[in-house]
This record gives sequence, C-alpha cells and structure tokens, in this order.
Amino acid sequence: MMNKTPSTNGHSTNGAEPKRGTLLVKRAFPQMLKGGVIMDVVNAEQAKIAEDAGACAVMALERVPADIRADGGVARMSDPELILQIINSVSIPVMAKARIGHFVEAQILQALGVDCIDESEVLTMADEENHIDKHKFEIPFVCGARNLGEALRRIAEGAAMIRTKGEAGTGDVVEAVRHARSIFGEIRRLQSMSTDERYTAAKNLQAPYDLVNEVAETGKLPVVNFAAGGLATPADAALLMQLGVDGVFVGSGIFKSGDPAKRAAAIVKATTYYNDPAVLAEVSRGLGEPMVGRTVSSLAEMELLAGRGI
Amino acid sequence: MASKGKALVGVLSLQGDFREHIEKLESLGAQTLDVRRASDLAGIDALILPGGESTAVAIIESSHAAHGIFDEIRSMGESGLPIWGTCMGSILLAKNIEGSKQGRIGLMDITVRRNAFGPQRFSAETPLQIPALGALPFPGVFIRAPILTAVGEGVEVLGRVEQGTVMAREKNLLATVFHPEVVDDARVHEYFLSMIQF
Repeated sequence: MMNKTPSTNGHSTNGAEPKRGTLLVKRAFPQMLKGGVIMDVVNAEQAKIAEDAGACAVMALERVPADIRADGGVARMSDPELILQIINSVSIPVMAKARIGHFVEAQILQALGVDCIDESEVLTMADEENHIDKHKFEIPFVCGARNLGEALRRIAEGAAMIRTKGEAGTGDVVEAVRHARSIFGEIRRLQSMSTDERYTAAKNLQAPYDLVNEVAETGKLPVVNFAAGGLATPADAALLMQLGVDGVFVGSGIFKSGDPAKRAAAIVKATTYYNDPAVLAEVSRGLGEPMVGRTVSSLAEMELLAGRGI
Repeated sequence: MASKGKALVGVLSLQGDFREHIEKLESLGAQTLDVRRASDLAGIDALILPGGESTAVAIIESSHAAHGIFDEIRSMGESGLPIWGTCMGSILLAKNIEGSKQGRIGLMDITVRRNAFGPQRFSAETPLQIPALGALPFPGVFIRAPILTAVGEGVEVLGRVEQGTVMAREKNLLATVFHPEVVDDARVHEYFLSMIQF
C-alpha cells in the first residue's frame, strides 16, 4: 500500500520536480510538533487514547521503558504488524524506535511508512561505536542527547530533531532537567565566546566546528529540541517547557499511571499553558495514581540508559 | 488597534510552529501576539493559524483555558478580520474536512483532505507558480500536507498542483497548505499583511 509511489507524488507543477527527504523537509516535520506532547504507545488502543487526549504524535514501541527495565532482556524495534495497526488507527504522525546503529531496523521502519524514527538508547544498542547515518534516509530521525556535544554529533549524522535523554522509565525528571540545563547552558556559553575561542570550544565539545559556529551565532540548535526521559506529571512537562524545550515526550508516565486518558489530557494542556500556574493547578487535580517510579540515584550503574550511544 | 503600518497580528499558539510565524512577522515590522485564550483576540488586526496537528489543537481548544477561541475567531472572521491558515490552519478554516467531524473554525468555503500526500516520506519541497506573488516560483514546503479538493464560488484559487489547490483566498480569508513560515521568502507573509485594512 505505502509502496505505491507516484513518480511525481502529485506535487509537481509546471514541470518543477518535488524534492523529497531534503534537510529542509526533514527538519520542518518536527517544527509542526512544537508545543505538543508525543506519547509512547505499545498498541492501537493506546494510540487512540493518546490521540483523543490531544497528543501531537505517538511513539510506537514494544514495551514502555518501565517494562523494559523490569523485564530485562534485549529490547528491539516493535513488530511491524503492531506498528501498522497503530498507523492505521490514528491520523496523527507515528514515530517508532530503532536500536542505536541498527540501520536495517530503520530501513524497515521507513518502508512501513512511519513518519519519524527515534534512534533510541531505551532499546538495546546494536552498535556501540557508530550511530545510523541518518542522511541516507528520506524520513527524519530524532536522537537523544545529554549535552550540547552529543546533540551536535547527532545533528552532524543527520538527526532532524533532538530530545534530552533523561532517564527513561523511572518517572524521575532529574536527568531530563540536567540534560536540558546542560544543553542550554552550553549554548549560552558559546554565545559569550569571542570567535577565536569557538575552535577550541568545538574541540572540547567533540562536535563539528561549523555546527558550533552556527549555534554560537543563532543561540539555538538548528533543529527542534524536545524533553524526554522520566516526565510523569503535568508539572514535569511545564518545568521542561519553562526551561526552554520546544515540546515533550512522555513515555511510561502515562500508561503506567492510574488514569492514562485523564493524565495524558492534563499533560497536553500543561504543555500549552506551561507559563500559567492557575491552569497548571487546575489540570493537575485528581489525576489518580502517578506511575510508581524509581529514583535515578537508586539505580545501579548498569541500569542507566542515558550513557548509551554518546 | 495598532497604528497604520504597524499591524498587530495574533498567532494562534496552542500547538505548532507559531514561533516561526512570529519571527517572520517581526522581521517584516509587524507587532505580534501569542493567542492562547479568547480574551487575547481583542484588538488584533489579523490572525494566523499556524502549522501543527489539527486534532490536537481542536482538543486543546475544547479545554477550559482555551474555551471559546474558535467561536470568537469565527465571529471576528465573519466581521472581516483577515485570517490566514497554513497547513493545519487551512484545516481549521475549512467548512468541510473529508471524513472527519473534528472541531474547526469552519469559516472558509473549501473542502480539505487531511494528509493528502501520505506519510512524511512523501513530504516534499516543490517550487510553486503563484501569479499573485510575482513570476518567481515560491518555495513550497509540504509536510504531511492537506490539499483543497474543492472550493466554493466565492473562492479565488491562487496556486495549484496536480492533486488540487494549494493556496486560495475568500475575501478576508487566506489558506495555504504549504509552510511559508519555514523558508527564507517572505512574500506570502507580505501578501497577507497587505490584506489588512486600516
């Protein structure tokens, strides 16, 4: 069905050929998600709940991060059958996760018709040295980052969207806050540097000079930047929005809570009205049990996901 | 009401790429206002409905904080307020959305098909011939774009591709299914600002 590719895709006018999969087209996709909430879902039923709550996109994965933590084992791309069921159940964009470096999972996801691929540290790594060369794909990728250097390395590889890594599946927002503050703080430091200091900054960030220079000039990443990893409440979403991110991902926080539909809708409103405490107070009332959560500081080193794929 | 030459343009800021519109408008010398509540609409000279997800925005609009924004926009549009919808915004403006009962402003006599080109893989940039903007093609960026499959008698078609209409105007209402706010060409924004009467 999705392989029926018309030669012009119907965009053509007066002989001008449409160009698909350009950097502009890949970077513009996440721009339309800004100010919104992207929710982790494992089946079509959850996807529908997310859409009805006002999600701007859903992320398909086989188990939410809290379950990946609890169950252990190798975490992979979802079954394509499940992904297709999710695509067919909603009108909003569908993203799906591939393992870091697993470019064949990414090829499969692109062929299935997902709108965006998350090359994710939440899944087990497939390549401990290399990420996917994301320039080779027609659809955009989102990648996690803990700091500016990581973000710029992913962008150099072709990522069209960045998210904080946070510490997924914990319900503890502390790492997402740390990563957001780190990225924005390092951007501010770059802006205060003289131009001759930017070369050494690029060396220290282990990032390409051209990207470092661009960030120093513009004061922002060249792609959309969301928060992810451990967000569980409307207040968590608003906190990250006030820190300066463009939107939020919520994973286990919704479908591991007592009333997913209500909590999802509340987080959507909190993301729009992140600067309005009266609205935040109203939407935070009576949401039922939040996900139980585990403090990041209680996790053993080997349980931490954020250090994967730096 | 702003003084002549310094229009106050509201941008619906519930979700989507409203910031891109605001930056473009400010580069053209317009004053801007984020619109998140019905009360924010008082005093604006024009309104932009940005790109984003139409179902998400319709759900946010039905919440307590945003309540009544669509009703107020509809009433102001009927009274002649210039309103421009890009991509999602054109869906919110349309009277008819194929196969959907989702919430909408429903002012413009157009029929829109959501996500007409397929998933993101089929999103594209395409130069568009739009005579109202001059001879130089406009860089059309289509992101999971809708298309206008039918337009009413009073609607002027300003741009087309094979599958349908991509830009149309009905008096004070303007719809584009592509995203002029993400390219370095301000002609559609300039065209819209010229629709403001003082």
